[in-house]
Amino acid sequence: MDSIKDKKSWFEKNKINLGKAASVAGFFLIIYVVWQNIKHYFPWNFGVIPEYFPLFKAGALATLQITTFGILFGLVLGIIIGLMRTSKIWIFDSLARFYIFLIRGTPLLLQLFIIYYGLSSVVKIPGYPAAIIALGIHNAAYIAEIFRGAITSVDRGQREAALSIGMTSWQSMKRIILPQAFKRAIPPLGNQFIIALKDSSLASTIAVSELILKSRQLASSNFMMMEMLVVAGIYYLLLTSVFTYIVFRVERKLGVSDHRV
Amino acid sequence: MIEIKGLYKSYGKVKVLRGIDLKVEESEVVVIIGASGSGKSTMLRCVNFLEKPQKGTISIEGKVIDPKSKDLNLIRQEVGMVFQHFNLFPHMTVIGNVMEGLIQVKKYNYEEAEKEALKMLEKVGLSDKAQVYPSVISGGQKQRVAIARALAMHPKVMLFDEPTSALDPELVGGVLQVMKDLANEGMTMMVVTHEMGFAREVADRVVFIDQGVIVEEGTPEEIFNNPKEERTKEFLGQIL
Repeated sequence: MDSIKDKKSWFEKNKINLGKAASVAGFFLIIYVVWQNIKHYFPWNFGVIPEYFPLFKAGALATLQITTFGILFGLVLGIIIGLMRTSKIWIFDSLARFYIFLIRGTPLLLQLFIIYYGLSSVVKIPGYPAAIIALGIHNAAYIAEIFRGAITSVDRGQREAALSIGMTSWQSMKRIILPQAFKRAIPPLGNQFIIALKDSSLASTIAVSELILKSRQLASSNFMMMEMLVVAGIYYLLLTSVFTYIVFRVERKLGVSDHRV
Repeated sequence: MIEIKGLYKSYGKVKVLRGIDLKVEESEVVVIIGASGSGKSTMLRCVNFLEKPQKGTISIEGKVIDPKSKDLNLIRQEVGMVFQHFNLFPHMTVIGNVMEGLIQVKKYNYEEAEKEALKMLEKVGLSDKAQVYPSVISGGQKQRVAIARALAMHPKVMLFDEPTSALDPELVGGVLQVMKDLANEGMTMMVVTHEMGFAREVADRVVFIDQGVIVEEGTPEEIFNNPKEERTKEFLGQIL
């Protein structure tokens, strides 16, 4: 009796659910069997990925640069528009509302084409800066809304307390409201940055040699479209992981969840 | 010291204050009582213009204050305010909260401000908590820090808007003690509270507000032992 009991508890001790283990094993078995049967017809050669991986470095760098500068531009513009959006001055609020209506209501691709092609009869902006400007302008609308939300989420009493000790409206904004709002804006901002990173792929349509265009260029000579796209995909995952990690560290450092009263 | 004349305030169609006249002398402690929604907090908030009245004037030391004045922030320094929910700045330490006004408004340098802030914290018995954040101290301690923050500006009058209403019962005493000490030092105070014991003991005058008007005012003995108005009797009957 005792020995049977002991045998039974081995799975329990190691927290292994027999049913689950069996289904996982079964899943891999099916994949293996299917793979064995189709591998001769499999059209792609993923073995070339390590060989091509280094060739994408410049493209990844371009993606990273467009995104970083685009975000920085968008952040500055977004904070200004977000502040205008919370302003009691009618004209500021209206301008900000109109900006958000215009930019959030049209696709990034359209904005990119307007800057790159549409404006070309007046001013010729090369693809690289055009992509940064478009990405910045586009993200500013979303970042403005993030900041507006964060600012209005700070309790009214904070402003009242600041005013009651004689601070001006601007001092209370700068010293009391914004520091709290910035902290609250970080998680949604991180999310927006990752969206911006992926949106930078649209720059491939205006001849910026970032990851997507790079993969298409390489594929046009080696005819391995799928393999090249997978390499680009791996780079995107790496970059988004790095972004996620940075946002996580910033959140931790600023103690986003700490010091609530 | 402070004179409120013909104060009217409404939010849309709801008339909150319907003609308030009240005079507070120097070193006087005036306790304002009344049911919730009677307008007592709104009146207090009008005194430092956190609410802008539609009609009526507030004068401080004989000077009528223009609510549109650009120097409203300078005037607010003279009028300290303590809120029901403390409203401490959560991103600053306890001493940082008290120093903030000294540095930003009074333009003290850091050392002066620190010295002054410590003095204020000592006054409310919290100098040992100077370096912690407000999130780790009790409600009663938070309210005492809020009092220190207001006192640091050396106001001529202190407004208390239900300072103990958000506190656990066992923490009320410490805050009331600080307020009593202040009163004994001769601070001019306007206090909105439900603490009738405090009103009885400390107030020079008790003002009963109902539906946006002052129904009755008098010494604590007059109001609590001998109310003249029917509405005052009714209110006191409900809470005592």
